Amino acid sequence: MFWFLTKSLRAVITLLLVVTFVFFVLRLSGDPTYMLLPDDIDEATRTFYRQLWGLDKPIFVQYLNYLGALLQGDFGISFRNNQDAFQLVWDRVPKTALLTGTSLVISLVIGIPLGIVAALYRDSWIDRAVMAASVFGFSMPNFFLGILLILIFSLNLRVLPSSGSGTWRHLIMPASTLGISFAAQFARYTRSSMIDVLNKSYMRTAQSKGAGTARRVNLHALPNAAIPVITILGLKVGELLGGAVITETVFAWPGLGRLLTSAVASRDLAVVQCIMILLAITMVVANMLTDLTYGWLDPRVRVGAKAGSR
Amino acid sequence: MVLRITSLEVTIDRKKGSPVLPVRGVSFAVEAGQTLALVGESGCGKSMTCLAIAGLLPRRGCVSAGRVVLDGADLAALPTAEAAKLRRRHVASVFQDATGGLNPVRSIGWQVAEAVRLRQGATRAEAGREAVRLLGRVGLPNPELRAKEFPHQFSGGMNQRAMIALAVAGNPRLLVADEATTALDVTVQAQIIDLIADLRDSLGMAVLFVTHDLGLVAQSADHVAVMYAGRVVETAKVSDLFAAPRHPYANGLLKALPHLAPAGGRMATIEGTVPAIDALPPAGCAFAARCNRASEACRTSDPELRGNVACHNPVPLPVNQTVNRYENEKIMA
Amino acid sequence: MSYLEATDLVRSYEQSSRGLFRKPHKFRALDGVSLKLEKGTTLGIVGESGCGKSTLARVLLGLLDADGGCVTLNGQPTLNLPDTQWRALRRSMQLVYQDAGGALDPRLRVRDQIEEPLHIHNLPLDAVERILVSVGLFSALADRYPHELSGGQLQRVVIARALVLDPELLVLDEPVSALDVSIQAQIVNLLMDLQRDRGLTYLFVSHDLGVVRQISTRVAVMYLGRIVEEAPRAALFANPLHPYTRILIDAVPKPDPSLRRTTRIEIGAPPNPADPPSGCSFHPRCPLATARCTVEPPALRDFGDRRVACHLIKETV
Repeated sequence: MFWFLTKSLRAVITLLLVVTFVFFVLRLSGDPTYMLLPDDIDEATRTFYRQLWGLDKPIFVQYLNYLGALLQGDFGISFRNNQDAFQLVWDRVPKTALLTGTSLVISLVIGIPLGIVAALYRDSWIDRAVMAASVFGFSMPNFFLGILLILIFSLNLRVLPSSGSGTWRHLIMPASTLGISFAAQFARYTRSSMIDVLNKSYMRTAQSKGAGTARRVNLHALPNAAIPVITILGLKVGELLGGAVITETVFAWPGLGRLLTSAVASRDLAVVQCIMILLAITMVVANMLTDLTYGWLDPRVRVGAKAGSR
Repeated sequence: MVLRITSLEVTIDRKKGSPVLPVRGVSFAVEAGQTLALVGESGCGKSMTCLAIAGLLPRRGCVSAGRVVLDGADLAALPTAEAAKLRRRHVASVFQDATGGLNPVRSIGWQVAEAVRLRQGATRAEAGREAVRLLGRVGLPNPELRAKEFPHQFSGGMNQRAMIALAVAGNPRLLVADEATTALDVTVQAQIIDLIADLRDSLGMAVLFVTHDLGLVAQSADHVAVMYAGRVVETAKVSDLFAAPRHPYANGLLKALPHLAPAGGRMATIEGTVPAIDALPPAGCAFAARCNRASEACRTSDPELRGNVACHNPVPLPVNQTVNRYENEKIMA
Repeated sequence: MSYLEATDLVRSYEQSSRGLFRKPHKFRALDGVSLKLEKGTTLGIVGESGCGKSTLARVLLGLLDADGGCVTLNGQPTLNLPDTQWRALRRSMQLVYQDAGGALDPRLRVRDQIEEPLHIHNLPLDAVERILVSVGLFSALADRYPHELSGGQLQRVVIARALVLDPELLVLDEPVSALDVSIQAQIVNLLMDLQRDRGLTYLFVSHDLGVVRQISTRVAVMYLGRIVEEAPRAALFANPLHPYTRILIDAVPKPDPSLRRTTRIEIGAPPNPADPPSGCSFHPRCPLATARCTVEPPALRDFGDRRVACHLIKETV
């Protein structure tokens, strides 16, 4: 419990830092009224909007007002279409969650078994093939792979839609684009972690007990090999969300990523801030989940485990 | 004889260069209730011999010649699956680094119980109870509680006890202990040695005890096989070897022991170093370059193990020594 | 005045603990260690893992700071010196430790490894071949890399590197433990020859009583951060006074089948150094412990030319 409290406290501090950073960086980057209002507007109107959006006050007052509103769950109003920023963002969450979730599943389902197989058949043609494919997979930029897929499956073969999000067929290409590069990375991490574990002397002990290959891999090697992979998985959530921004743009997928790019371009401060906070919360939660899984997998860091007594 | 290996040869393929033979024709035998010590310095092939017996050779290694006969069945000639079944049932191994030899994410009890289930086919609950009994048998205090703990919570000595419990699950016929006490403190080492002897006597196991420490050989073994550069150069009853070593290498090793030298005086040495397995002399005895008894014959022909020593010019027996060499015939293959 | 004197050395480690309810606890790796070492002699330090022997070696060399106590070399205090004086002093004391392979930089030739300390101290570089020969290596090895040498040769190179600054004191921490029996003997002989020829003083730390018996003039036995017995070599091995020393010597496997140990080594599990027992820290494992041993820690008392920390030893010994 104590562990959970300190973790939560740290998470709150992290979020506060993110909020502060995003707030000031966005204010420093210029006056939104020039972006959102027509160029030929008169100064009086401009001032009116500044007052309306609270941009006329000193920046620290703006910051405190913003924090105060946040605490009441008020993320502000989108400058661009006068909607509640949070509602605007929240409407997009399911789409992005669907995309990143599917990508993550694809990457794990493809990457981890491939990594295991490559490790088990180390130095064989299987291993070399998996590793070559993996280099190809993660060295290809998302936007390039996305466009390549559109060229092949939408323009040439005409089997999949190139943009939009209506049906499951819309999901295939963006999720694959995002998933493949992560699958490639997970294959690598799993392989090296697995090779490391397979060379450990407790694997020889398992063999000398007469444990068969399946038992040795599933019950002895995997729980150990999973530990570093889980750590990396936690860190990759951030990258996955970053990748989603690009992928959503390529496939015109109406998720958070596309909202973010357009909000940044038009300096729609409330929306950008809201998205950033949401992303930060996701990262923090992902990290806490990683820590929990880690403790569950590894008795050496298990919370409340007895200290090494002799 | 529980185990009799004859002219065992192990070949290791290398990624680069020609294959090497860390074990080049090794023969010895171990009886039930007896301990055979396999001694030699690093790189002499004693660990590879053990791994070949236990079926744990590295991926690139294989038994390329010879026989490994366990209770009458030649493991090297049987189909792999059948040999594996026999080994699972009758051969157990304990290695040097017990803490590394135990899975860090599984409880001690789980790991011992797994061995029980694999060897005896017990149910989960039976195996758990048997694991606790075994942990108590190897002298672990509070076995019910300690069974729930993990290797990082144990000292090295306790982990080695747990490894031994795991090894003797299902009463194996042969226990291979490869440098099983090397990393331990002397007091703990003495206790583990006693434990192995105790289990050997009560379970009637044959023990193959691999070590570089001649002190341990003298303390715990019945017979001894001295290895050098992948070969057995001398076999003997322990008392005979220490009374009158015949091979110049065995003789040199005994003389180099600090306990036998007058304290404070110079220690006897064997000049030079053990040759690497890929840098053996093309012909002749591998020890010839370091041997003070080497003759021309030693540089041209590699001596076979004849009687109980593989040497063209063995150290002569002391005249007043009446060593009963008859006993040796039993452990000779 | 002895060449090297240490008085009441104390050094604690903080043991970090996982979990947030437990405070990190301190344990004393050195708990009031005093010793004297005469010039040209060897003091062997023996004890089981975790007894503090390696910590002692490092504190004496100033590689680890002591929390308390003092060390003098030729009557000069050596702890907490300003850097310049410390560097000058450092030349006269060198450390050789177990892992010879790890102590050498794999990318440097033997020559460069040995010259390095000379560069650091701005000394002429002519000594390399001479020093290699003096540790029993061919001078041609100077142009080899560490991976081209055997374990015994590597340990000789490490010794050569320690000797190149012409030190007076060598602190040897398990210098032969990783070597094969036949090579061990070669290195022990080399160390004894070097001591005779150069008048070196050795502090020889090892868990191997056989090697310690071979090379030492006096031997100190450590247990949980304290010296429990210190005596001339012959007296210690012939007539160990402290029960722990006796058990330690009994437990060493004698390479003589006719001296097979018939009794069990009656000694419990080693205690947790972070939570040392009350009184004499050895009492839970001691077959002779009395009620007094459980409450009162025994002082290290003089008995002729030896020192023992045990309540059971009477003044008449």
